[in-house]
Amino acid sequence: MKKKLVVTALLALSSLCFSANALAQGKEIRVMLANHPYGELLKNAIPEFEKSTGVKVNFESLQESQLVQKLTTEFSTKSSSVDVFMTRPLQDGKLFQKNGWYDTLSSYDFSDYPKSVMGVAEVDGKPFLVPLVTEWEVLYYRKDLFEKAGIKVPTNFTEFEEAAKKLNSDEVAGIASRGKGAASVTQLSSYVYSYGGRYLEQGKAAFDTPQAVDAIRYYGKLLGNYGPKGVTSMSWENIIPVFQAGKVAMWTDASVFYGQLVDPTKTQIPAENVGIANFPAGPHSSTPCLPVAWGLAIAQQSKNKELATQFLNWATSKELAKRGMLASITMSRNSAWQDPEVIAKVHPGLVETRAFAAKNGYPTDRPYMSAVGEARDLIGEIVIESINTKGQSPNLDKMAKERAAKVDELLKEAGEYGK
Amino acid sequence: MFHSSFLDRHLKILFPLPALIFIALLMIFPVLYTFGLSFTNWNLTSGMPLSFAGLRNYTRVLAEPRFLDALGRTFYFTIFAVLFEVVLGVAIALILNRAFFGKNLAKLLLLLPLVATPVAVGIVFNLFYDPTIGLVNFVLKSFGLPQGHWISHADSVLPSLIIVDVWQWTPMITLIVLAGLAGLSEEPVEAARVDGASEWQILWHVTIPMVMPVILTATILRLIDALKTYDIIYAMTGGGPGYASETLNIMGFKYSFEYFRMGQSSVILVALFLIVFLCSLGIMKLRASSEV
Repeated sequence: MKKKLVVTALLALSSLCFSANALAQGKEIRVMLANHPYGELLKNAIPEFEKSTGVKVNFESLQESQLVQKLTTEFSTKSSSVDVFMTRPLQDGKLFQKNGWYDTLSSYDFSDYPKSVMGVAEVDGKPFLVPLVTEWEVLYYRKDLFEKAGIKVPTNFTEFEEAAKKLNSDEVAGIASRGKGAASVTQLSSYVYSYGGRYLEQGKAAFDTPQAVDAIRYYGKLLGNYGPKGVTSMSWENIIPVFQAGKVAMWTDASVFYGQLVDPTKTQIPAENVGIANFPAGPHSSTPCLPVAWGLAIAQQSKNKELATQFLNWATSKELAKRGMLASITMSRNSAWQDPEVIAKVHPGLVETRAFAAKNGYPTDRPYMSAVGEARDLIGEIVIESINTKGQSPNLDKMAKERAAKVDELLKEAGEYGK
Repeated sequence: MFHSSFLDRHLKILFPLPALIFIALLMIFPVLYTFGLSFTNWNLTSGMPLSFAGLRNYTRVLAEPRFLDALGRTFYFTIFAVLFEVVLGVAIALILNRAFFGKNLAKLLLLLPLVATPVAVGIVFNLFYDPTIGLVNFVLKSFGLPQGHWISHADSVLPSLIIVDVWQWTPMITLIVLAGLAGLSEEPVEAARVDGASEWQILWHVTIPMVMPVILTATILRLIDALKTYDIIYAMTGGGPGYASETLNIMGFKYSFEYFRMGQSSVILVALFLIVFLCSLGIMKLRASSEV
């Protein structure tokens, strides 16, 4: 009798699952958005799409690490009903692509996208995501403090260090940049590139080269000597309030934060005192990172590919890209930057630094590999050691060699070594 | 007729059945599944299908210094957090158990940390702890006291996190002990008083032994929770600076959702499960013996 009861209960439960499946057969799709300004913009615009197409869009909006966690769980257990989702090409792209979670977008028109961004959007000529937002590294600085100190905005690393030293005081940190281990890797990238180094070269770890180690040493020297207190636990979310409180003279980070720094409701510093400049040139070259931060993709297992494509085309359209630009989101589409209405409204500093980065930049800001999370932690360990010792640690070379060997190991495990 | 007799005969199975199914599906199954995964090489970054790996994950993870460090930190965090919470919690409960002006207000204020969302608490304390613009250092500075690095230095990060945990969870111990104190009979206390015992003697030899089982229950609850602490640590430091505040739970999360090493992550979680299980068993034994 006991068995019978259990069986009945299980049957009852399973019938519930079936009916839920049956419901999803209507003209509707499920979309996963990130808590990012563009995700917000889409969220608000979705009713327009629903009205013009009659397709019901069920969307969820999640913080980025939760979004990835949820997508990973759903896709890897093959239980997902997601049709379209926002994705981070550099952080999750390789992993998702390798596991076959992206659908191939063979019919999409990519002619409006710069060549440099397509590198992370396709594999063997087959595109699997549409780039949405591009970022690049810039130097934010306090015009008033520079004026007071009587110095000019630095254009190379020597001037940069001198400026940091001169502007640094008990009250104000000369320079801020991310120091929190793994989080620092993306900002450190511009330093490494400008020293002539790379994180990976031809599918092998390359951050143990003298150039890359010199860059890490320089980064540690800057932040260790002239950085804010506790910089090894700071990512952008910790630096912003300190900058807004007027306690930082210069800050190198992604262009995306400019809007927040000049928003009068959030900052104590008048907007006219906040400057934005090109990332200074290193000993080797002037190479800021220029990564695609977000893209939009169709899930491989989607049962509504036609509707999903319709949604994707709409959500990545020129029209919405223009709306994104007007909301201070730096879109990947070329045409979005040529629209006269946009040019009239967007801050000239953003237009100039983008043009500079588009010309000189490098399209990734982290090791582009499946096991990027672990690789970032490993590089982060060297960064923290360098900052803690103000770049003086004699172990940096040895640490970099060891960590590079571990990253090679990860590449081998993932079958990406040497590719 | 059949129905009612069927129901009657099987009541003792039928009534707990929904709860049993719930426990089986949502508690026992995930634990067994995780245990099973810990013997596989499931790793999303490799793109390879899942296969049996024997004890390889165990030998690899258990030998890793990072795992042993995380294990040590888990105990460090738990022992100090729970110790302070129990001592403070019981002390506050004993004070609140007496009548005084404003007692209800004090009780209400005490409840506030308990109802706050841990992640929100973490974000607010992060701002307090900021070495440059934080409130804590501002206050210390205005009194001319030395300022700390709090969560931004490897040496001070765990104590700083323990302070937040103590701030949030001491009221829970207080509430439970207060309920225990309210249920005590007055007679033994009065008898002791008649025999000429001092207030301290009454406290140590009468009141505290009488509420001991309640204190231990509160300790078990808190201990299990503290061993598994995730939200506050993740929201405040994410295990940093470096790995200086990485406990087993944080490490397990990183291994699964940042490194995608599901098999190895399962080993960490199985270890954490066993620790929580054994600690609870130990304290339950202790409680049984204290109940006389």
